Amino acid sequence: MQINLKIFRYNPETDDRPHYDDYTLDVDPTDRVLDILEQIRGYQDETLAFRRSCAHGVCGSDAMRINGRNALACKVLVKDLKTTAITIEPLLGLPVQRDLIVDMEPFFDQYRRVLPYLINDEPLPADGKERLQSPEDQARFEGSTRCILCAACTTACPPFWANQKYVGPAAIVQAHRFIFDSRDRGAARRLEILNDREGVWRCRTAFNCTEACPREIKITEAIAEVKRALSSGKLV
Amino acid sequence: MTQNHQFDIIVVGGGGAGLMAAMNASQGAKTAVLSKLYPSRSHTGAAQGGVGAALGNLEEDHPEWHTYDTVKGSDYMGDQDAIEFMCEEAVQAVYDLEHMGLPFSRTPEGRIAQRPFGGHTNNITGKPVRRSCYAADRTGHMILQTLYQQCIKNQINFFDEFQVIDLLMVNGAAAGVVAVELATGELHVFHSKAVIIATGGHGRIWEITSNAYAYSGDGIAITLRRGLPAEDMEFFQFHPTGILKLGILITEAVRGEGGVMINNLGERFMEKYAPRVKDLASRDVVSRAMYLEIRDGKGINGQRYLYVDVRPETVNKYAELDGRTRPDGTPYRVTSQEILSKIPDITDFCKTYLGVDPATQPIPVQPTAHYAMGGIPTDKYGRVVIDDHGTVVPGLYAAGECACVSVHGANRLGTNSLLDLIVFGKHAGLNAAEYVNGASFQPLPADPTDFTRQQIDRLLQGDGTQKPAVIGKEMRAVMFDDVGVFRTHEGLERAIEKVQELRERYRHVKVVDRTKVFNMDLLNAWELGNLLDLALVTAVSAQARTESRGAHAREDFPSRDDANWLKHTLACLTPSGEVSLSYKPVTITKYTPQIRTY
Repeated sequence: MQINLKIFRYNPETDDRPHYDDYTLDVDPTDRVLDILEQIRGYQDETLAFRRSCAHGVCGSDAMRINGRNALACKVLVKDLKTTAITIEPLLGLPVQRDLIVDMEPFFDQYRRVLPYLINDEPLPADGKERLQSPEDQARFEGSTRCILCAACTTACPPFWANQKYVGPAAIVQAHRFIFDSRDRGAARRLEILNDREGVWRCRTAFNCTEACPREIKITEAIAEVKRALSSGKLV
Repeated sequence: MTQNHQFDIIVVGGGGAGLMAAMNASQGAKTAVLSKLYPSRSHTGAAQGGVGAALGNLEEDHPEWHTYDTVKGSDYMGDQDAIEFMCEEAVQAVYDLEHMGLPFSRTPEGRIAQRPFGGHTNNITGKPVRRSCYAADRTGHMILQTLYQQCIKNQINFFDEFQVIDLLMVNGAAAGVVAVELATGELHVFHSKAVIIATGGHGRIWEITSNAYAYSGDGIAITLRRGLPAEDMEFFQFHPTGILKLGILITEAVRGEGGVMINNLGERFMEKYAPRVKDLASRDVVSRAMYLEIRDGKGINGQRYLYVDVRPETVNKYAELDGRTRPDGTPYRVTSQEILSKIPDITDFCKTYLGVDPATQPIPVQPTAHYAMGGIPTDKYGRVVIDDHGTVVPGLYAAGECACVSVHGANRLGTNSLLDLIVFGKHAGLNAAEYVNGASFQPLPADPTDFTRQQIDRLLQGDGTQKPAVIGKEMRAVMFDDVGVFRTHEGLERAIEKVQELRERYRHVKVVDRTKVFNMDLLNAWELGNLLDLALVTAVSAQARTESRGAHAREDFPSRDDANWLKHTLACLTPSGEVSLSYKPVTITKYTPQIRTY
């Protein structure tokens, strides 16, 4: 089938401002949007720049806006779009460095801010083996462990578009993952970091993040759990 | 403007092995990690099934059994001292991961959950043993995330999206690396006392692969260019269950949870090829079985694929026939809900890419190029060794898939790669840190960026009569056809000739994008050059080995030939494209080679 693409282009070395380039090509309905981009880059326009690696939705490299919605290019099949007119743009809210590549540093900075690592200075089990954790306790935070830091959620978030100082949904999910891990002892520190106007309280429960997440994490719910922990003083 | 940096240790690659190396190296030495991807994008994150260690949480198990299984799985090509070391270290290595916070799936008692996996057995009964420690079907993702979190905690220095192009060698020792900063196109010289290479595999040589685009074998290609050998390149694993046409991995754990391989006649054909462990035979055995079934016309609908069936009714039917039990002795029976909870990511892949729900439909699969057993030769301390005397290159280390210790020999068992990363990544880091505390910096050459700029300039100044995309496509096709699961003399000759032709045509490539910011055209064209070099080395090494062993199956030499071929291949590549081969012995300690059946 033939498709018509509009792709956002910007090269700081050659362009005053961004523009859209048009492409036409023949594809299979089961082709991934990533496959189309590779076809264009391979055979039509070698100057098209985008990030990608695993090509099956686990590395998070190729998050972008496809027909106006954030998604991983390798998880969207042409037939899923139900149209032959496809517009591809970079994520919003992060500076565009080139074409579909955005500056991920602000995103990773927010992630680093929430102490995204296990905090537990208690002695390890005497036998040197694993700390015990029940399947129920593991399930409590398991959803948040699915995050691949693709930025689809944070860059779909209206408060983030308005003000990039907002820590953003992804960072809150990463904090949630540890706050609700029964082995972690750093909840209070992370909650203090998030108890801020640009922390968890900037969330307006728009649900854009949950809708955008390619890992089906219930992000808005996780953010709500963090808010509840802060307002009740209890980890439930 | 070239920028200069100085560190004690440079780690190239930010996956599982690289991050483990950095964490351990940085305890004692000033360390930096250079990665062409953000580290959390590394291919470690795609690993699914589990990390193998004889914890014995659900049933009796021993590191000795793990060692024997790995030696046998390697078809006796693995170096047994290194395998023993890895399997002994495995138990503590997995506990260390848990202590770092890895969210393993748990048993009802709260211990790390373990499941059966291909080739891992109770050595007394010969039956599958629960040795794979897992986190749902995303164990690799959890390992990568956990290690990256620890690196943030320990404030490891990262240079993200820096593509290393060259290894600097001075006076026969490692002196640093030269890299391109992708965001600016600028060159950076990193002067160091030691370099640890952890750049992963090169499955992108083949048409159908489970590997990421990033897997272009950079580390191996860079060392070959500096005159160092690559070991056992003919041994490349084809994983039995890749999603039809896409090659995306469907973990062996699907079979560990009770899924079975089915042909057009609805037969569980692995009964024929591996009577004892059937679908949980070693991967090379299963891939060959699939190939033979397809050749006999038993592919689904007469096509070149088969099914892996993990529907509850199928799992339960064969669990009853096999007498499979849970650890508490009750019969092993599963529900749809249980299947979904064990393989959530696989379920997602099947629905997204095939429109198939594994709980209600069988999954169409075919062998997919998956894992490099070969690579940069190292000893069990992670030090690069270049000949049959164990001659060490001072300051140069390698770990992970790009290295060949060799713990996987001619074929790797599932769950042993994640283990390989954490054990040898750790020890390469520790040993490098110890080394640098007694070593001095080698003086840098007068122009350290010379070779790098030569490679880049050649790509910018080609005559443009050849397109990288066309060359890449032809390479992948001939490699999949002729250097795949089964090989013949004629096919290998054809492949060698074709790859040599492609390497010649590659000299006429001209990178179209002339700009500096994120020039992916240049990066990908350079990566293609790496793949072509490795394809040639692979085909030539395979042509020379006139036996079948592990993943290297010769239709014209179908038997294993220990008398002539119980040895590792070392391949060197000259600038003019000649591959010269030499060999070195396999280290055998306890286990004399036996006939390998499952």
